[in-house]
Amino acid sequence: MARDFEMNRRRVLAAAGAALAGAALPSAAQRFQPAQDITPLLLQVTRGATPREEGVEIDLPQIAENGNSVPMRIRVASPMSPGDYVKAIYIFAERNPRPLVATFHLNAQSGRAEVTTRVRLAGTQKVRALAELSGDRFVIGAMDVLVTAAACLDESLL
Amino acid sequence: MPRVLRASFALLFSIPAWAEGPQPPRSGVEFQSADVRAMQADDFANPATLWVERGAGLWKSPRGERNVSCAACHGAAEKSMKGVAARYPVYVESLGRVADVEQRINACVVDNQKAPALPWESQDLLALSAYVAKQSRGMPVAVRIDTAASDFERGRRIYFERQGQLNLACTHCHDASWGRTLYAEKVSQGQPVDWPAYRLEWQTVGSLERRLRACYFGVRAEMPPFGARDLVALELYLAKRAEGLASMAPGVRR
Amino acid sequence: MMLGKVQVPPTVKRGEAFEVRVLVQHPMETGFRRNLDGQSIPANIVDKLACRLGGREIFSAELGTGISANPYIVFFTTADASGELVVEWSDDRGEKGRVTTMVTVV
Repeated sequence: MARDFEMNRRRVLAAAGAALAGAALPSAAQRFQPAQDITPLLLQVTRGATPREEGVEIDLPQIAENGNSVPMRIRVASPMSPGDYVKAIYIFAERNPRPLVATFHLNAQSGRAEVTTRVRLAGTQKVRALAELSGDRFVIGAMDVLVTAAACLDESLL
Repeated sequence: MPRVLRASFALLFSIPAWAEGPQPPRSGVEFQSADVRAMQADDFANPATLWVERGAGLWKSPRGERNVSCAACHGAAEKSMKGVAARYPVYVESLGRVADVEQRINACVVDNQKAPALPWESQDLLALSAYVAKQSRGMPVAVRIDTAASDFERGRRIYFERQGQLNLACTHCHDASWGRTLYAEKVSQGQPVDWPAYRLEWQTVGSLERRLRACYFGVRAEMPPFGARDLVALELYLAKRAEGLASMAPGVRR
Repeated sequence: MMLGKVQVPPTVKRGEAFEVRVLVQHPMETGFRRNLDGQSIPANIVDKLACRLGGREIFSAELGTGISANPYIVFFTTADASGELVVEWSDDRGEKGRVTTMVTVV
């Protein structure tokens, strides 16, 4: 009996905690657009290989003022020489309705493996950049970003 | 004249006219995040400059039954429109009322080009408005209220009047609470500079009227329709309140 | 033709990486937005963008709905000789855009 009560109490507290967490999140998107496991998408690009977690720098604001336009810079450490260069950079946003945001194709004459753009982020999430290097190698980096107004799902037409 | 009297006269005329709103007035850009500020400061990265370019093209395009372009009468906008947006809203003789820049543009489109009015918030109207506003960039806001006294008073009344389900007046946020954080955003002083602006939330350029309507919605009040006298009156009051503040239109906002 | 801009430094050193900035005017409609009548606004995005210098492709991109409206892209390239830099893009409705600028190698 006492144990049942204890279990119920824990369940109630857990539910209250979840509700509180839900209340603290600013938008519908935060509750209804969960993070997806993008591993299958990554493996599709790498053709099964596991990317190394090194050499990829993602610059994002800590808090994105509006998810509709979040400035982002990706830098991949690479000599960018004919024998060793970045071929492509893939951007993944795990909570976006379409997680693959963009693909950029570079080459041995690019000089620098660095791309800057503005992305849409549908809520607070981890953004990943996967780089394909010459010689069938893959490296990956990740960065967390807090998004208050989520793109795609928190729209204002007023 | 006795020295005391002369001194009192001097004192009387040296007292500054009563200024509306917080002094010195501070542009809304100061209350945006670093990224938004950087976007506004960089003319290439600022998406609103695309509308300015479009406006520059429209300025030279013939329109309407008269098949004349803006340039046909106004010549180079850099000259003819310099400082114009900075003194709007203003009483327009030909319209017999106070008008903002968008209304003034449409008055020309309809009366002088004999073309249908450009719809509110249409890409073309925003482009022309942004192009005209750009010609006042860096110049201080300087509106006349002597020819628009009743509209100025109307605007001021609206500014201080509680509205909507939230029962708030503009002053409660923009005089009493500017600089403080509301949810995740810093409350601005509600200055009308830098408009029309590219708003991240809209993902496009919008007019000051659109922004003010969104504020009405923010307090859950009925939004006045585009072109409403109340909106123009409020714009006039805000412009007077922003007197001396330089506009960097077209700007960027969250 | 879509409106766009491209910017490169006034002069560049032979073989040294320099910045190319591109801004395209496009709503990048996701297909998730609804108008005030509640109807879905159909998707419409710039999906392909490519840049050539002296006829050789130096950069290309596939863009999705996750790229912000009015796409802004900055990338790097090197140049061995002066030449015309051409940026071309197209959207999923077949609309195209093109801007050019000169790269001057010193």
